[in-house]
Amino acid sequence: MTTLTPILSENWDRADSYTLEGYRATGGYQALRKALDTEPDALVDLVKQAGLRGRGGAGFPTGMKWGFLPADNPKPRYLVVNADESEPGTCKDVPLMLANPHVLLEGIAIAAYAIRSHQAFIYVRGEVLHVVRRLRQAVAEAYEAGIFGNDVLGSGFDLEVVVHAGAGAYICGEETALLDSLEGYRGQPRLKPPFPAVAGLYASPTVVNNVESIASVPGIVANGAEWFTAMGTEKSAGFGFFSLSGHVANPGQYEAPLGITLRELLDMAGGMRPGHELKFWTPGGSSTPIFTDEHLDTPLDFESVGQAGSMLGTRALQLFDETTCVVRAVGRWIAFYAHESCGKCTPCREGNFWMVQVLDRLERGEGTEADIDKLLDICDNLLGRSFCALGDGAASPVMSSIKYFRQEYVDHYEKGGCPFDHTRSTLWGDRATTTGGNQ
Amino acid sequence: MSEHQNTPGTGTARFPDDVVARLEPDAKEIIARYPRARSALLPLLHLVQADEGHVSAAGMAFCADQLDLTLAEVNAVATFYTMYRRGPGGDYQVGVCTNTLCAVMGGDEIYSSLKEHLELENGGTTEDGKVTLEHVECNAACDFAPVVMVNWEFFDNQNPETARNLVDDLRLGKDVAPTRGAESVCTWKQASRVLAGFDDGRGGEGVQAAGPSLAGLKLARERGWRSPPSPSTNPQTTPSAQSPSDPNDLPTRPSEEEGGAQ
Repeated sequence: MTTLTPILSENWDRADSYTLEGYRATGGYQALRKALDTEPDALVDLVKQAGLRGRGGAGFPTGMKWGFLPADNPKPRYLVVNADESEPGTCKDVPLMLANPHVLLEGIAIAAYAIRSHQAFIYVRGEVLHVVRRLRQAVAEAYEAGIFGNDVLGSGFDLEVVVHAGAGAYICGEETALLDSLEGYRGQPRLKPPFPAVAGLYASPTVVNNVESIASVPGIVANGAEWFTAMGTEKSAGFGFFSLSGHVANPGQYEAPLGITLRELLDMAGGMRPGHELKFWTPGGSSTPIFTDEHLDTPLDFESVGQAGSMLGTRALQLFDETTCVVRAVGRWIAFYAHESCGKCTPCREGNFWMVQVLDRLERGEGTEADIDKLLDICDNLLGRSFCALGDGAASPVMSSIKYFRQEYVDHYEKGGCPFDHTRSTLWGDRATTTGGNQ
Repeated sequence: MSEHQNTPGTGTARFPDDVVARLEPDAKEIIARYPRARSALLPLLHLVQADEGHVSAAGMAFCADQLDLTLAEVNAVATFYTMYRRGPGGDYQVGVCTNTLCAVMGGDEIYSSLKEHLELENGGTTEDGKVTLEHVECNAACDFAPVVMVNWEFFDNQNPETARNLVDDLRLGKDVAPTRGAESVCTWKQASRVLAGFDDGRGGEGVQAAGPSLAGLKLARERGWRSPPSPSTNPQTTPSAQSPSDPNDLPTRPSEEEGGAQ
């Protein structure tokens, strides 16, 4: 049986967990001291050996990303933390930064030292005001304590850290769009290559890492690569947050080794809400093809989820029970992609716009068989045909829902309307009607 | 498509000199944070929004002047990002999440209830200038669904009744406390100033974590589940059930990296 491994969340039940004092009281910043006595290249090797893979969705090996910075480029190097958590279903970095911002800051100091960068940015989405406050307060504490600034902890290493608030654009979670945004432009993805390691922020060598990836580094430095690889699977090492939301008895953050299954997680979370059954779920956010109850025993690691036809993504497990209309759910996701498409690539900009129209009429019961084929045709023209993964992500829920629930699309137009009572899906749908309804 | 427009024939709208004089020191401070000035554009737009409550043509001209950009360059950026209001709005921006998960969990019912209660359409503002209502996309609090944001502070696990009470309290000028955030909601302008990078000293207010954020930790505490011990304190590791290849589960041999760390 897999058990939970609270590491980044270990101190979250301390009222002062977000303060420097509270973090230090639980061993915080000891890994930084150790790191500063280590050769930077040895730290890169350590993270490679640990097999840490990016926790922002793509799963690229973090140490390899660090190792790609060209040694002979004389320009300054930058570390950029992607704190633009916006993928529907993903809700791990925000509580982490609220409760334990210093583990991120310690990771930043170690990572910057390892890649020989003297300037780091935390690009945090603007729509989380208190997270911005907490981060800025923690950064100020770190400067005051000599953790940031000149001569970090007396090591001779200098590091400046800036908290930068975005302004509302999902696309800025894509690393090259984020860099354009941080440079003060519209957040539109760049064609790769060149990759950020070669030409990133200000066309300088840049590492862009997710919050959880960077926050995982202090533990690896403190405890070693083998401690990390003792958790997870061979190719998906370590631990991560599994964020359960939706029709589950106890939604929330469950920090566990990669490779845990939804069956195990559901057991820990008290199962689905009483009297209901799992219908479909996302393993890693709305951009990952949906799963059904057939996949309860799929190990949630990069390889197994991929083999089962989806992606581990951000381990954002949105669970929907039998009261949920899949056409409505998918239609709402596509409305999101249409809203958030940056407009640069025609397949994404136009494809999502038209899929919203088609899904809306299907949901209203005004569609036809041809509409289902039309959706698949549009997806065929979306997938793999845009600069970034937003277009690919939009195809995921459409194609996978038609694969598993084609009959439900058919039912809508055969019955001339949505066969579901949406109020039954609500948080209060099973209670006496005292809270909802009209006035 | 922009709602920002220069008044035809009258040249570019400008802030009065006293406003420029007041905002310029803040603008310089923002610009000084970055290796290249243009990176300051997003926070500068938050700054002018903090002053006016929205990003006006004059506000964009101010940003353009500070960064030596054209008004068109600033306009292109300001209209790309949804957090910049293009016209006046209320003191409190009430955003109901209607992305799939929150919508299914009741966000749609909350949103339609508030539209009816406030007699507003999306983006509309109450006549008293207090509340602007909109639906928003996923705000990274899915385990607290359905979620309502007020000036980008979290109001978790809402329902139509609590949401109606919330907007009523905002309109009555009562102190309203987010579920996870400061002790009371600040105004839209104050929030914009924090986003521009000027602290309001409230980072220490509110809980560190609540409810679902602690679900896994609480269970682990109850059942005595822990992460594997550090090799430096205990040579025995906890075998993971999910490790098909776990040949090194006694990591007493210091790795090269750890050796280098000494």
